[in-house]
Amino acid sequence: MESFGISRDGHEWHFVVCMKVVPKPEEVRVDPETRRLDRAGARSEINPPDMNALEMALQLKDRFGGRVSIVSMGPPFFEPYLRVGLAMGADHIYLLSDRKFGGADTLATTYTLARGIQKLGPVDLVFCGEESSDGATGQVPPGLAEWLDFHQITLVTQVELDPLRRVVRGRRERPGGYEILEVPLPAVISVKTGCNEPRFMDYRLKPWAFAPERVTVWSAADLQVDEAFVGVAGSPTQVSGLAQAPSRERKRIRLEGSPEEVARLLAERLREIM
Amino acid sequence: MAASLYGPDEAQPALWVYLEHEEGVLERVSLELLSKSRALADAAGWRVAGLLLGHAVDPLVEQAFAWGADEVWVADHPLLEPFRVETHTAVAFQAILQGRPSVFLCGATPNGRDLAGRLAVRLRTGLTADCTDLRLDLEQGGVLIGEVTGFGGGIVALITMPRHRPQMATVRPGVFPLSSPQPGRTGVVIPLEVNLRPEELRTRVVERVVGRGVDLTQAPVLVVGGRGIHGRFDLLQELAALLGGEVGATRPPVDEGLIGRERQVGQTGVVCRPKVAIVCGASGAFQFVVGIQNAGTVIAVNTDPEAPIFEFADYGVVGDALQVIPALIEALRAERVAV
Repeated sequence: MESFGISRDGHEWHFVVCMKVVPKPEEVRVDPETRRLDRAGARSEINPPDMNALEMALQLKDRFGGRVSIVSMGPPFFEPYLRVGLAMGADHIYLLSDRKFGGADTLATTYTLARGIQKLGPVDLVFCGEESSDGATGQVPPGLAEWLDFHQITLVTQVELDPLRRVVRGRRERPGGYEILEVPLPAVISVKTGCNEPRFMDYRLKPWAFAPERVTVWSAADLQVDEAFVGVAGSPTQVSGLAQAPSRERKRIRLEGSPEEVARLLAERLREIM
Repeated sequence: MAASLYGPDEAQPALWVYLEHEEGVLERVSLELLSKSRALADAAGWRVAGLLLGHAVDPLVEQAFAWGADEVWVADHPLLEPFRVETHTAVAFQAILQGRPSVFLCGATPNGRDLAGRLAVRLRTGLTADCTDLRLDLEQGGVLIGEVTGFGGGIVALITMPRHRPQMATVRPGVFPLSSPQPGRTGVVIPLEVNLRPEELRTRVVERVVGRGVDLTQAPVLVVGGRGIHGRFDLLQELAALLGGEVGATRPPVDEGLIGRERQVGQTGVVCRPKVAIVCGASGAFQFVVGIQNAGTVIAVNTDPEAPIFEFADYGVVGDALQVIPALIEALRAERVAV
C-alpha cells in the first residue's frame, strides 16, 4: 500500500531546501565609472546550485513521500522566483524577510536560517546548494549544521536514506576521489553543483504554486531571534574598504593575419617565454 | 553585537594554520599558508603555529617547522584519521580556546571549508572566505585584512573583523606562492589532549577513495576554453599536451557539462599561476579573469575584437580559436620536426 509519506511508525518525512535568489552572473555589469558591480540591469534567478539541492530533495519525496519545504532569507522580491520550486514539486515556501536581516555575513545568515528551520518543527534533512553563484564560498551549509546541531555531509552527489536505522548515506566528492559517509538524521546535506538534472516546472501546477497561501513570510519577531545575531549587528565581518586589485600590467599587443600567420607568431612568442 | 568566545584583549599574537594532510604529506595549500603566515609574523613580531590533527602524524611536524612554524600543536589519535568534520571541529575548538590565537587560517578545500564553517559558528566569530591576499594592520593591534574579489572588475573588498577572535579566513590553493623550506629548522611541539570517545561519534566513513585529482594550480601552461570553442576541448587538450600543460575552462562549458568542474578556472573555480595561459573563446568576465591574473603571460583568442579579455592579455588574436588553435598545433609540430 502506498504510504504517502507516512512510514509504518507514523513518521512523515520532512525535507527542507535552503534557496537563494541571485542576479544572473552574465548580466551583472561593471560600472565603468565606479567599477562597482551594477546589478540593477540584471535579471534574477534561483541560485543554480540550489536547483540541484531541490531536485535531490524532490527525488527523495518521489520515493519516500512526505513534504518539501523551501526556506529562504531575503527581500519580498524573492517570492515569485521561489514559487518556481513549488511548480517543480515542493509544498511550501517560508521566506525569512525583515529589514533587520539585511547586510548579514555568514554567521548572521546561518543563524537566521537555523531559526527559520527550527520554527518548522521536526525535519529530517536540510539540503543546500554547494555555494551561491554570487558569493561562492560554500560556508553556509557547515555553519547552518552547527547552529542546528545537526550532522552534515557536504559536496554530495548521491544520497541514500535508510528509514529503519534513520541514517543518511551520501557520496561526498573530493578532488580526485570520493568518500561515502553515513550520519544519523537529522542532517544537513550540501549538494554538489551539476550532480543531477533539475526537473522542469509542471505548468499545470502553476496556478496552485502562485496562490498566496503557499508562502509564509516570517519576520524577526516571528522567529524570536536574538537581534544581536542577525543582519549587520550579528555580522562580525565588515567591509572596511575597497582597493584597486593589484593587476599585472599586460602588454595588450594584437597579433594579426591569417590563422597560419598568427599561429607562427604565437609559436615564436611561446618559444621565447618557455 | 554578540561577542566571540574570546576577544582581542585575550588573543595571543599568533597566526595559526590548520595543517591538512593526506597519505603522510602536508597538503600544498597548508604549506602556502605557512609561507604567507611566516612573512606576516616576521613583519609583526608574531608567532606562527600549525594545528596538526591526525594519527601517527609525527613525521609531519618536521615539515611544518621547515616551512615556517614556530609551534606545532599536535593531536594524535586514531579517531582523528581520516578527517571527519565532527572530530576535527571538536579538537580544533578545544585547541583554539587553549591557545587563543589572533588569526586562524584554513585552505579553502572541501575539508578546510567544512571545518572553518563549523568552527566559526562554534566560536561565534567571523569567517572571511576565499581571500586573495592577507595583511596584518599592526596600528590597529593586529587586525587581519582579508582581500576578497567579487565586488567588481579590478576592485577588491577589504574585509576585517575588528572585535572578534580568532580572525578566521580561508584561502584557495595556489593563491600564495611557496617559500623555500629550511630543513633542520625546529620549534616547539605542544601535545593536545584528545577526549574523543568512539561510542559518541556519529559519522561513519563507509568507503574512501583517495586520489590525486587534476591540479591546475601547478600547471606550467594552461589552455582555457570558453563558450566560443563550442565544446572542442579535444583540440585544447592536443595543444596542452604539446606544451606540457593542462586544459581549463570558464564557467559556461562546465555548466553545460562539456568538461569537468575540477577544471573550472576563476572566482568559483581554481586560481592558477601558470607561466602561460592561452585563453580561447572566452569573453573575459571578471569572475574568470581572477583565475588567470597571476599568469606570467596571457594569450587570448576571440572573434570579438571588443571582448574584455583583450584588456587582460599580453598577446591578443582576433579570430576563431577553432582555426587558430589547429594552426598553432601545426606550427608547434613543424618546429619540433625542424629541431
